[in-house]
Amino acid sequence: MHNSVGAVSTQYFTFAEDEPFCLESGETLSPVRLAYETYGTLNADRSNAILICHALSGSAHAAGYLDGDPTKPGWWEECIGPGKAFDTDRFFVICSNVIGSCYGSTGPASINPATGKPYGLNFPVVTIGDMVRAQVKLIDHLGIERLLCVAGGSMGGMQVLEWAARHPQRVRSAIPIATTAHHSPMLIAFSEVGRQAIYADPAWNRGDYYDKPHKPDAGLAVARMIGHITYLSEESMQMKFGRRLQGLEKYGYEFETEFEVESYLKYNGHKFTRRFDANSYLYITKAMDYFDLAQPTGSLAAAFANATHIKFLVISFTSDWLYPSYHSKELVSALTAVGADVTYLDVKSSWGHDAFLLEVDTMTHLVGSFLDRLVREEQVAPPIGYTPRARLLSTSPDAQLRTHLAETLA
Amino acid sequence: MSAQVQILPAEESNQVNLRPDLLAIADLVKPGWRVLDLGCGDGALLEYLRDHKQVKGRGIELSESGVLACVRRGLSVRQGNLQEGLADYPDQSFDAVILSQTLPFLDNPAMILNEMLRVGRIAIVSFSNWGHWRCRLELLFTGRMPVAVDLPQQWYESPRRQPFTVTDFARFCRQIGILIDQQIYLNRGVRIRTGRFKNLLSTTAVFTLQKINPP
Repeated sequence: MHNSVGAVSTQYFTFAEDEPFCLESGETLSPVRLAYETYGTLNADRSNAILICHALSGSAHAAGYLDGDPTKPGWWEECIGPGKAFDTDRFFVICSNVIGSCYGSTGPASINPATGKPYGLNFPVVTIGDMVRAQVKLIDHLGIERLLCVAGGSMGGMQVLEWAARHPQRVRSAIPIATTAHHSPMLIAFSEVGRQAIYADPAWNRGDYYDKPHKPDAGLAVARMIGHITYLSEESMQMKFGRRLQGLEKYGYEFETEFEVESYLKYNGHKFTRRFDANSYLYITKAMDYFDLAQPTGSLAAAFANATHIKFLVISFTSDWLYPSYHSKELVSALTAVGADVTYLDVKSSWGHDAFLLEVDTMTHLVGSFLDRLVREEQVAPPIGYTPRARLLSTSPDAQLRTHLAETLA
Repeated sequence: MSAQVQILPAEESNQVNLRPDLLAIADLVKPGWRVLDLGCGDGALLEYLRDHKQVKGRGIELSESGVLACVRRGLSVRQGNLQEGLADYPDQSFDAVILSQTLPFLDNPAMILNEMLRVGRIAIVSFSNWGHWRCRLELLFTGRMPVAVDLPQQWYESPRRQPFTVTDFARFCRQIGILIDQQIYLNRGVRIRTGRFKNLLSTTAVFTLQKINPP
């Protein structure tokens, strides 16, 4: 637990108890609970707060060890902590779970107050916009007027863009990583195949399985396997598995698991079912599919018309074919056209989409230096008792931890 | 397009470790200007302009190492090639757009210069001069293609470059409707008064450029 924020616990914020929370779909939700964690200390004028947004299957537990359990590191433990990219000595870091999730926030597995039973498919469809408006309530609750920075990768990056485009006055800088301003047809297609795998599982029972002996684990596992493939690259799979066989000398000419890659996918698919809810998977993938920042205004540049004061650090990865670099470049072009201050790098990496969790050194350089600059230009005071120290690189050369993190929470 | 070429190291001048042509460029920039540096490398010029001239600078750089170095200096820089990068900026969004020691490496210099003058009020360029007397004598006496004094790169080394002289550049600017305004001539990093013999005596030229008939 060296250089870590150490033991942390998840907190909860409930709102919309009296007045329901209106969703983009026109539906309402009441009450709404958000799980969140915070690390570090707010400074005197509350100007050092950074919001971290998580990806599809992430949680509020981004850093430290949950309730002190060494087997439960946060999903971005390598980038959030004392002396790390998001330096908790200097910044007050918040990570909020999204609505629709199964990690403590209101979602399809929550109890519907109208029926006293889990929502299941009666849970309203939520959007990235809804997730972010719920986070705005949390930031209000924490008494923070403006966030120094909003950062996140993948679906977290979509939330970052949503914050910048729709709540620009609440944000001073934004770090969208390995993401897109609109979910492409290919991304929707992968989402849909994952959802179809869940629908096809008889145990899914149209989302009504919470009190049944069997959950749609088989369907969810296949959905996760498909997702997992899209987070890797051919090169990383070649390096990781090659054509190696799993515990076999030669081909068996049968349909048992033979190749290492098959075994890996099966294992991870199955492991996922122990920590994630199938209905949440449906809702969150749907939210991503609806994401199209240019939609209401007609153009991406128009979407950022009021975001010209925000400083952006846009990061993509060369081998990410799920959210390819040209999606980020399109974003950079639009931001440049409106006159926003944009720093952009397409980081050379062979890790595919997962690179945003694995390229720790480059990320630490980029994010750390970018935040240094913000502190200087926006005159952000450190919290009381802050003593500067050198920035850490490769905090844990422990490749196992990295692999573990990537496998658990892409 | 942002060329990773070896350029002569800076001489120790004014205690600032900046390449001489970059120092000359910096002298042409007025305090508080908005500046875009094309192929900004490790960001040394932009950092100097920020610290000494309160310039609001942006950079475009192709190499990852260059971008990382710029970010470390606290600069705003975009990775990409010049053509794509320039296209995104609105008309006249900068006071000056800078292109240092990159002209011989461009595929379409007319297009880039015109773009620079669309995006910026003025352009500032620096380039090595193959018209210097040493280059002329080298070809005459050795029969070998001359290597520019301030750009010691052999013909077979990539990236490919097109050698040209101060006179070539002046003719080219007239053809494409660009006016050469301020002119600084360097000989091996030292500013020189050239009189009529600019092309013969300078190893590097630094010019500010403008559109002849701005709209």
